[in-house]
Amino acid sequence: MQGLTRYKLIFLLPGLLILLGIILFPLIFTVRVSFSGWDAIRPGLDWIGGTNYGRLFADGRFWQSLSRLGAIAFTSVVLEYLLGFGLALLVWRQVKFRRITRVLFLIPMMTTPVVMAVIWRTIFHESLGPANDLAGMLGLGTIPWLTHSAWATVVVILVDVWQWTPFMFLLLLAGLLSLPKEPFLAAAIDGAGPIRTFFNVTFPAMAPISVGALIIRLIEASKIMETVYVITSGGPGTSTETSSYYIFIRGLRDFQIGYAAALSVTYLVIMIVLLTIIAKILTKTLVKPGA
Amino acid sequence: MKHKLLMGAVSALAIVSASTGYSQEDYTRFGIEADIPGMCSYASMDAKDYSGRTLNIISHAIPVIGEPTALHAQQFEELTGAKVNVVHVPFGDLFQRILIPFQTNQNAYDVLFYASLWIGDLNSYLAPVPEAYQNSPGMQDVTRNYIDVATWDGQMIQYPMDGDRHYLKYRTDIFSDPAMQERFKSETGRDLTVPATWEEYNEVARVFSGWDWSGDGTNNYGSAEVAKRDDLMFSAFISRAAAFAKHPDVKGGFFFDLETMEPLINTPGFVRGLELFIEASKDWAPGGANFGLGDEIFSFGGGQALMSYSWDDAFIQAQQEDSPIRNNVAAAPLPGASQVWNRDTGQWDTFDEPNRAPYITWGWTSAVSNRSQNQDMAFDYLCFFSNEANTLSDLQIGRFGVNPYRESHFDADLWTNKLGWDESLAASYVETLSSMDTSQNRVFDLRVPGVNQFMT
Repeated sequence: MQGLTRYKLIFLLPGLLILLGIILFPLIFTVRVSFSGWDAIRPGLDWIGGTNYGRLFADGRFWQSLSRLGAIAFTSVVLEYLLGFGLALLVWRQVKFRRITRVLFLIPMMTTPVVMAVIWRTIFHESLGPANDLAGMLGLGTIPWLTHSAWATVVVILVDVWQWTPFMFLLLLAGLLSLPKEPFLAAAIDGAGPIRTFFNVTFPAMAPISVGALIIRLIEASKIMETVYVITSGGPGTSTETSSYYIFIRGLRDFQIGYAAALSVTYLVIMIVLLTIIAKILTKTLVKPGA
Repeated sequence: MKHKLLMGAVSALAIVSASTGYSQEDYTRFGIEADIPGMCSYASMDAKDYSGRTLNIISHAIPVIGEPTALHAQQFEELTGAKVNVVHVPFGDLFQRILIPFQTNQNAYDVLFYASLWIGDLNSYLAPVPEAYQNSPGMQDVTRNYIDVATWDGQMIQYPMDGDRHYLKYRTDIFSDPAMQERFKSETGRDLTVPATWEEYNEVARVFSGWDWSGDGTNNYGSAEVAKRDDLMFSAFISRAAAFAKHPDVKGGFFFDLETMEPLINTPGFVRGLELFIEASKDWAPGGANFGLGDEIFSFGGGQALMSYSWDDAFIQAQQEDSPIRNNVAAAPLPGASQVWNRDTGQWDTFDEPNRAPYITWGWTSAVSNRSQNQDMAFDYLCFFSNEANTLSDLQIGRFGVNPYRESHFDADLWTNKLGWDESLAASYVETLSSMDTSQNRVFDLRVPGVNQFMT
């Protein structure tokens, strides 16, 4: 038995070490950099203690970007979940053209975010884009898609929803297809209609998958960057500036490497804590024991 | 005896030819009109042998600067036998891709193409341009502006290959149209003239915004400006503020008071520029507040806007062969200010002739890393890149992003003969550009370490 354990360890060790190297080294290095004053003028890992962390607590722009990110990520993910679930329900039972419909739904997810962001920016270009042509035809006049804070936020959310609803759709469809048939047969025999079946059978049975899908998407949405970078550059003003974009500005544009590392570490800690709490709440609320 | 004399003459000619790099070989296969003799010429490079050596270059993405970098790298390879690797990087990544290898003691690139205002951050990593290259005819022809831009602490460490500045562009067909002139006069009470002040600029923009003055069925607008966040908007703002904040009689810093190092950005001159910038935004095209450089180029170059002010791109776009407004545009100096803030006296001074402050902004440049083991080859490449024949060709291709930076480029005939520009248009272009280079009240970009925190 002991020999078996030793063999297991020997075989697992290389992979484990590589994994640790890939995950831990950048993390530890980032933490170390966050205690340095590395910038464009003073390169290298000097030691300035917690100066960067002290600075970020007084950095209103960082905290604003974080709360803005929360609003954008929450709204996007909820919309993606609702739409993704709806589409999955549609395709789940549909027999005709099921395969082609599923592929069509997945196309947005398979496109490159930066390329799609460029296309969306063109669509929402207020002088030349078709979005305002359409708005004009509908009698809505010229909408300041990218030059008004609220509209710019709507555009960022819209693009994210367009791109990532298919991901929700895919996960939830897989979940629906894996559900046992018996509860649905029992509900039908008991005379339950489609709405009652959904709320009493489908939704509870899908709860664990829903929680997983929501958490995965929240993690992804909290890193939203390409869309903001290409479409609004965080503007107008700072109205669409998210945490990752702000960290990008500080780190790679202003080249305040040490400070950006402190921002990244703080952001990571906040995200781990927040997402853990959200996962617990969702599990407690949605997943019934034995589901 | 006769035979000996002839042989001697031929030998002497061969020696002279070799020393000047001049030969009769036809290099037009490289797309140039003719090789121009000199130490950077095709013939001179052809005489060199860099076989077995590799040159690593980092440059911008294709096409702006990236395309000529790659083109001339390929030609250099063919002529010298060197292997040249060109890495193309999107602009947002370029700064860190250059700086990180330097900061981490890597010798990643021999030659760098980048924004000239980064000299404050990069100067300690750059090799001085050798005397021989500084004395070459091509370099001697570079205007004082761009020699200064390439110089740090009295030493030339950047190799000039582009000349950028902001100037005004406007539609001559509209400004000279009697119906438009009448409409303008009836609305403002004054004649329609090319704006001499920023107040006039805003007034013209207001009158010509929101209606179809071009007759193509869509609304036109008075002004297109680079106003998008993080998309070179700083240059547009400084263009507007410079005339109010740069007093010709006040010395000792434009962005900072050089005695106290107090930032001057909140002084009344800059504030006035900002106020007029905000006022103008009411008359921009829909989405104008989110116009990046590409939008501004398209808006003016495509005929949507009456005026704009930035680099050459929009002008070149307007002058494309297929442009509907080709030869209906002209260049002029940036508008000025009748009242200029004097920080010495703490008062506004009134000027009879509007104060102009030409803004020499941005500009691509090149340099050689001081860690390069191939500095000889690297400088030869840059010398070849910017030789007279190549530059003449590059200037004619708008997407290359190479703009006039030599005295010889300010010859109106060049633009008329080579590109078919109208004579008056070509004259307005070269006069505007050359007058900026000789102005005594020029404004340059801030060039301090960490400049990207201030100018984005």
